[in-house]
Amino acid sequence: MTEEIIIAGFGGQGVLSMGKILAYSGMMQDQEVSWMPSYGPEMRGGTANVTVILSDQRISSPILNQYDTAILLNQQSIDKFEKSVKPGGTIIYDGNGIIRHPERKDVNIYRIDAADEASKLGLSKTFNMIVLGGYLKIKPIVEFENVIEGLKQSLPERHHHLIPENEKAINRGMEIITQTHSA
Amino acid sequence: MLRMKKELKLMKGNEAVAEAAIRVGADGYFGYPITPQSEVLEYLMAEKPYERTGMVVLQAESEVAAINMVYGGAGCGKMVMTSSSSPGISLKQEGISYIAGAELPCLIVNVVRGGPGLGTIQPSQSDYFQAVKGGGHGDYKLLVLAPASVQEMADFTTLGFELAFKYRNPVMILSDGAIGQMMEKVELPEQKPRRTEEQIREQCPWATLGKPKNRERNIITSLELDSLKQEQVNLRIQAKYERMKKEEVRYEEIMCDDAEYILIAFGTSARISQKALQLGREKGIKVGLLRPITLFPFPEEAIAKLSQKVKGMLVVEMNAGQMIEDVRLSVCNRTKVEHFGRFGGIIPSPTEVLHALEQKLIGG
Repeated sequence: MTEEIIIAGFGGQGVLSMGKILAYSGMMQDQEVSWMPSYGPEMRGGTANVTVILSDQRISSPILNQYDTAILLNQQSIDKFEKSVKPGGTIIYDGNGIIRHPERKDVNIYRIDAADEASKLGLSKTFNMIVLGGYLKIKPIVEFENVIEGLKQSLPERHHHLIPENEKAINRGMEIITQTHSA
Repeated sequence: MLRMKKELKLMKGNEAVAEAAIRVGADGYFGYPITPQSEVLEYLMAEKPYERTGMVVLQAESEVAAINMVYGGAGCGKMVMTSSSSPGISLKQEGISYIAGAELPCLIVNVVRGGPGLGTIQPSQSDYFQAVKGGGHGDYKLLVLAPASVQEMADFTTLGFELAFKYRNPVMILSDGAIGQMMEKVELPEQKPRRTEEQIREQCPWATLGKPKNRERNIITSLELDSLKQEQVNLRIQAKYERMKKEEVRYEEIMCDDAEYILIAFGTSARISQKALQLGREKGIKVGLLRPITLFPFPEEAIAKLSQKVKGMLVVEMNAGQMIEDVRLSVCNRTKVEHFGRFGGIIPSPTEVLHALEQKLIGG
């Protein structure tokens, strides 16, 4: 099993930390993992993206141009990465503020309105965990308890009291993700 | 079900260097911030090793100051290091030449970014020549290690100090922004205590730790005005480099046994080339990968041996063609050697590498 993922959105949406939690979760499950962020001026207020790879084999390139899954959280990311998903692969996107939706016919497309849901729950900071929940529903590559363990590992101890609400957000994400196109 | 057994951490390459330095028992780190290497200093400052092991961490007023602090610490037999990224490493070159001339051990980490000048903050391998061929003035060499993973960033910190003391020579870890910034699993070494002053006196009889009555004073200098004596210095350090060539060559071969084509790449380019190799093998192309781990000493013999049986070699680098010169010297025209590179902070994709192989060697 190898899962090659790109997560892309605005800086501040929690793109990098979502990738980090996913990488930690894979590590808890004894998988090989890599987490390669875009770094640099584009992170500050602009777009941010991270490539995460989970595999049961040694990972070759941590940097890719074709992905099994793209999690795209703003219009720019859809425009940039929709074409980079492998045929038969998966696109997950947040519908908030999207004018041009993903159009590919040869990939599976899922929509998750995580931004709306986060504000409904009054937990805007758990936006990325709602998205992560949606992803794990579609691709259950790491077990739930390892995700929670991954959360614990990646959060400093002073933030551990936030784990229950993150757990709630993950569960909510699993409920609200919907498929909009089947390859 | 939790299946993780070993104590593993998920860390950035830069952080792995910092943590490994604390654990190997380093005495001092002197640095100055620069992207994409700043996490080394940041991690050390947050971790406060001066409370854990007594290791000194100091943000100097400049790169020049930092390398000269390293020079001073090394002269006392201390296990000291610095890190920076390309423009900062250029600033350190005078100090590095002095340290090589004075025959002192130290570790220098270069997390390379694109140049020339201030260039870009994105990853590059354009400092190969600077690291391997000198950089500073005079006939000297660094022992250069090229990590291709976060694990190797940690491992080579330990190994780098070991080799620096073995040869009394500066060792450079030539990394890049991608390996510095990415996170992977890493198994860290056990915490070692720092050496005591008695141990340093015993292991480094050349160190300037105060003159006891029973010996002549130790002098640390790179200046020798008598040319005959200076020539002896040159001969001695050249003999050291020859010994490195015999004892320290390290490289990795992947699927080279039946290969008709060989990719040669180090660091991040080697990781990308390994993926290109997988894609190539899926298409039925018999391609292998040779990854130099030491850039000096260079795996000349292994490359020469492969050159006798393959149809061609593609050197993949994130620069305009630097290591290819050492490959060509090793190959001596026995097979075709081509170059593929992207620069300016662009990381080539695995498919680009495969296309280059098909176009430059297989099709041509």
